Amino acid sequence: MSEEQQREARMHKRYRREKRFRIYCITALTLACLFLLFFLADIISKGYSAFWQAQVRVEVSYTEQSQEIPLAAVDAEMRSIVSRSWFRTLPQRISQDPELLGQTQTKWIVAKGDVDQYLKDKPNSLKQKERTIVDRLQAEGRTRLVFNTYFFTNGDSKMPEIAGIKSAVIGSIYVLLVTMACSFPIGVLTAIYLEEYAPDNWLTRTIEVNINNLAAIPSILYGLLGLAIFINTFGVPRSSAMAGGLTLGLMSLPVIIISARAAIKAVPDSIREAAFGVGASRWQVVWHHVLPLSMPGILTGSIIALAQAMGETAPLLIVGMMAFIPDAPGGVTDAATVLPAQIYTWSSAALRSYESRTAAAIIVLLAVLILLNATAVFLRKRYERRW
Amino acid sequence: MTTGYYVLLFLGGVLPLAIMAYLLGQRRALAQEAEGSKLHSQPNFYGWYAFVWMILPPIVLSVLCSLLHVFHLLTVPAPMLVVACLAVAAGGLIAGLRTIQPGLRARNRVEDVIRWLLFTAAVISIMTTIGIVLSILFEAIRFYKMVGVWEFITGTQWAPDAAFLAGAGRTGEEGAQAAFGSVPIFAGTFMITFIAMCVAVPVGLFSAIYMSEYASPKVRGMAKPVLEILAGIPTVVYGFFAAITVSPLVVRAAEAAGLEADYTNALSPGLVMGVMIIPFISSLSDDVINSLPHSMREGSYALGTTQSETIKKVLLPAAMPGIVSAFLLGVSRALGETMIVVMAAGLRPNLTWNPLEGMTTVTVRIVDALTGDLAFDSAETLSAFGLGLALLLVTLTLNLISTIVIRRFKQQYEL
Repeated sequence: MSEEQQREARMHKRYRREKRFRIYCITALTLACLFLLFFLADIISKGYSAFWQAQVRVEVSYTEQSQEIPLAAVDAEMRSIVSRSWFRTLPQRISQDPELLGQTQTKWIVAKGDVDQYLKDKPNSLKQKERTIVDRLQAEGRTRLVFNTYFFTNGDSKMPEIAGIKSAVIGSIYVLLVTMACSFPIGVLTAIYLEEYAPDNWLTRTIEVNINNLAAIPSILYGLLGLAIFINTFGVPRSSAMAGGLTLGLMSLPVIIISARAAIKAVPDSIREAAFGVGASRWQVVWHHVLPLSMPGILTGSIIALAQAMGETAPLLIVGMMAFIPDAPGGVTDAATVLPAQIYTWSSAALRSYESRTAAAIIVLLAVLILLNATAVFLRKRYERRW
Repeated sequence: MTTGYYVLLFLGGVLPLAIMAYLLGQRRALAQEAEGSKLHSQPNFYGWYAFVWMILPPIVLSVLCSLLHVFHLLTVPAPMLVVACLAVAAGGLIAGLRTIQPGLRARNRVEDVIRWLLFTAAVISIMTTIGIVLSILFEAIRFYKMVGVWEFITGTQWAPDAAFLAGAGRTGEEGAQAAFGSVPIFAGTFMITFIAMCVAVPVGLFSAIYMSEYASPKVRGMAKPVLEILAGIPTVVYGFFAAITVSPLVVRAAEAAGLEADYTNALSPGLVMGVMIIPFISSLSDDVINSLPHSMREGSYALGTTQSETIKKVLLPAAMPGIVSAFLLGVSRALGETMIVVMAAGLRPNLTWNPLEGMTTVTVRIVDALTGDLAFDSAETLSAFGLGLALLLVTLTLNLISTIVIRRFKQQYEL
């Protein structure tokens, strides 16, 4: 082979290597994107069906007997089809509205969880006899799927057909209120101190290193802190939104401090100097000029911290926020659960009907998180100033 | 009457007083100015001055009392405390108003208070760290006293249930002795972390290289949000995905290959955790590669190298410290990750090399020990703190190394 050819071959090899390397890179990125697509498709395909709920059309006779034995209100064969929750509240409804007594109505009633699963072609534990009944009802047009309002208006329940996320959502709101109430002011004040006031000494440097370290501590250790300090030492009630909120507050503190510092640092010094020049004191400079200018950045960071706190589960499990909470908590000291913890408890429930509900709760959680992050991005785009 | 009620009462009493203090202080200053003397500061600073005089005494008093209460030294009845607070508040207000003179440097005084307030806020972050370390340390020491450090580090048996039996006074019934050897737990943790890093490092690093070196701004603009979404998905959601979707897939794939896999295998949480860590690796590496000076690339291209040769021979070696620190942060993230392993990995401590078997991790055992109904001072509950201490030490060390490495890197390129 001539020298010319050799060089040609070498070049060829190098270009091939270049191409291969490029393909590796593209493959990696595509893999990440594909995973996201697969993940979202999987969750949505599992969860969307939970937004619809099976109902059956049943003849209900409100009699004296059905007030005492609610099962007697419907045909014998329908008893295993209709949700037990409906029977349970029947006597109450009759005593609330005595005119119902003696009437016979044809109504759409929530079906049992397994019937719901069967109608959606999902795994269920219906017996063969019940299946034939449901098949017949379906042929007669006595079954339908309607929008699942219970999912949004009910708390947790042992009966999947009426289990909802309301109490978890309210618990989440309480927890996040406590979180933000303690971490936003402390975080912003710390950031102001470090950027505008702190002298450059060992204490300041310790605080800085420390904040970076805090951001890297696994979230579950914050749970241990919450358990040992807030619950065991300060006597905050276990499982309460207060305990969870304080724990998450400490956890989101470094995130808020770091982003607030970046926002404050972005304000150019000329503004500070101009304010000092007309005789403003340090706090006047901060309060009148630096803070208003950096507020969009601070808010963006805080919203991101909020979104993070909202999806956090591990420390909340440690402080006991995974209890079974059928009714919405009335305050920050009541036992509460949060949306991610609800997802966790449902995902470990034995009944298959909970699986789609778990995925549906995940869809709700992801939607809220995307909304929060979109708000943060919007704020940044809309108010960001380049100096 | 609950504590919350008293807090409301306190705020309800103090807030009007505070507003009053501000207005009174301001008015007093203005009145003096009207008499012809020149004020040192703006009138509103005199208002704030009075406000501070009023608000500080009750806050100090109530913090003092709650500290006394927490350490069981003295418990002041809540109604008495509220009344006392309001009284000192009023006293402080009167004292503050008296000191308002035209020559008073109200602005400087208020600024001093603000400075202290800011400093206190900054110290809270240190208190948090101290709180974490101490709260874990004390309980961990109690645990190590019960179990023994050496046994904890070298033991290969983790059987805390027997401790429960012993606690119930049924020692020796099954002939079982509680064992707290952490080796199998750490083995599981490192196995899952290893699998996660095997996914995250190549995908994250190559994505970062593509985005910083090859991608057009348009592709970059589309790929970055995808990675950010991956980073924003809550871990409990990843856990559900790993347990419900990936685990059965792994089991089926293993069956197809003629292997046997548990549904709680270590592979599926590892894989999903790897995906979770991709964005950490990619965004940190991306930043580092982007921050390398352009002269480096240009010099290399001028020698006639291809793009990939420049990346492999020039950029990557230069960016190596940053990539290493990204890797270490990823590892510490994986070690401390909880929900994915709680939902998808097993509970059974298992010392094995086979990722298709169920393994457990430190975080799983912590959650398991603390979500049961056991008494707080039982050995099993305290074992959570023993494990937590180990986890804390490892993550802090990793974080420290990565900080040092990245600082060296920044000094080298004068960033």
